[in-house]
Amino acid sequence: MMKTLLKVDEINTYIDQFHILQNVSFEVKTGEVTVLLGRNGAGKTTTLRTIMGLNSASSGSVVYKDEDITKQNTHHIARKGIGYVPEDQGIFADLTVGENMRVAMQKEDDATKERMDWVLNMFPDLKKFWNKAGGQLSGGQKQMLSIARAYINENDLLLIDEPSKGLAPIIVEKVMESIQEMKEKTTIVLVEQNFYMASSIGDSFYILDDGMTVHSGKMNELKDDEVLKKKYLGIA
Amino acid sequence: MRQLGKVQISTWVYLLFGCLLAVVPFVYDNLSMLFLIIQIFIFGIFAMSYDLLLGYTGIVSFGHAMFFGVGAYGVSIVLERNEPTLFFLILGILVALGAAAIISFIAGVLTLRLKSHFYAMLTLALAGLFLVAAEKMRSLTGGSDGLIFTIPDFFKDRTNMYLLALISLVVIFFSLRRLTNSPLGRVLVAIRENEQRTMSLGYKIFPYKVIISVISGVVAAFGGVLYALSIRFIDTTVFAVDVTLDALLMTIIGGVGTLIGPIIGAGLIEYAHHFLSELSDVHWIFERWIILFGIVYILVVIFFPMGIAGSIKNMYMKRKHKKEAKVQQKDNQIAS
Repeated sequence: MMKTLLKVDEINTYIDQFHILQNVSFEVKTGEVTVLLGRNGAGKTTTLRTIMGLNSASSGSVVYKDEDITKQNTHHIARKGIGYVPEDQGIFADLTVGENMRVAMQKEDDATKERMDWVLNMFPDLKKFWNKAGGQLSGGQKQMLSIARAYINENDLLLIDEPSKGLAPIIVEKVMESIQEMKEKTTIVLVEQNFYMASSIGDSFYILDDGMTVHSGKMNELKDDEVLKKKYLGIA
Repeated sequence: MRQLGKVQISTWVYLLFGCLLAVVPFVYDNLSMLFLIIQIFIFGIFAMSYDLLLGYTGIVSFGHAMFFGVGAYGVSIVLERNEPTLFFLILGILVALGAAAIISFIAGVLTLRLKSHFYAMLTLALAGLFLVAAEKMRSLTGGSDGLIFTIPDFFKDRTNMYLLALISLVVIFFSLRRLTNSPLGRVLVAIRENEQRTMSLGYKIFPYKVIISVISGVVAAFGGVLYALSIRFIDTTVFAVDVTLDALLMTIIGGVGTLIGPIIGAGLIEYAHHFLSELSDVHWIFERWIILFGIVYILVVIFFPMGIAGSIKNMYMKRKHKKEAKVQQKDNQIAS
């Protein structure tokens, strides 16, 4: 049986006076891709931000590798081996592609060099525009850079927020291919609205609705469950 | 970046310009003009220290004059109470810089956890506190009458003072440029652009802010030291909000986040101050030169938000990218 890498247990998160996450719970098994699904405003991004400590949970717990990280600072959580690809990509516009990568690198050892080679092979555009400012990249290139920055460190868990959002289909395929390959080496929590992408990469799923976890299971089961897909994801 | 050998071409250009400036006092001995250029060098240093905060870390301070004043008073008090020898001059400089480092560290630790507008307000209050303290501690600072002191004879010579200010400017400029191009500088830019993202890459951003606040405070204090030495008199106006606003103007007009921009801004503002004040005989409006500069400031913010150096850099980058795009287009055509 696979070991639980991350356990989110009944977390409640408020943003200002709004109660965004209401007893959200889920588990992430080592080596799996766990997909968080749900309509806009369901609380998927807030869930990832709460895990990263960017939003603080008022109750509940986030346990990573058997350690409670709920109240820890974001930089501590990142140093424990959790990489985060935010929805807005978070590229540093005034830094070049190379500088964006170097800022993200926590170590400069052989393993990092290997991952850098992998990243540059997977996304040749990053090599091509190495000295170009991050702000001048296209949306797809920014997404590639954002994923590359999260992957460059030896992270055991990657939180990836809507990597296909606003991208051309050809770029989405490239991003999918990269996540498929990363899946072999690391555990992933993926937030994705594109059901085709989510279902082809994911092993298990959780559906969030109005800030609550309403369904979970294996991705194969969801693929065939037309009622569930229509009810919570609006897919006919 | 274009390079000649291992050194960037811009470095050679700046060095050449520095050498040309070094020759000025030997070929042009108008004392008031030399004094004006010395003031430009000094305020260039002060404005660069402000650019470190605003341009590279995104910290808006309304109390930066506090460090300038501490530097000016530090060296003035030591020289006023002792013989004007080189030993006491160096001691005075060390006291000034040490005091600025300690104060900027404490101020940074107390304030930098706050959100930007709270930080700006608190620095304004701290600078106000120093202004009041300097006025009340008459036995130490001379209060609003100020302090008159003598400096070592060597620096009484205008040419020597000019060269000291110029060398200081050049050394500080290249040191800060190296700092901003270092890994630390890249993290500072990352913090300026997106604090949360920088944290989620594993950086604890507070120590970085404190480090840059201390470096900026020490550089500003050194500007204050040179200012005091150049006029051999100091009063409480060095703590005034106007001094901080001058640095802000110099940085924004010259170009935020460029280091060379604040020097250009200092040159423009100091020269305009001098030139427009002289025109007060022609029309009274020129006495109120700050009104004219207010208009220039508004126009710059609207039409050149990146300032002079920033706009030039931007134009250069646009041309470069156009060229690259053309080459790319040609390559694509050949390939297809």
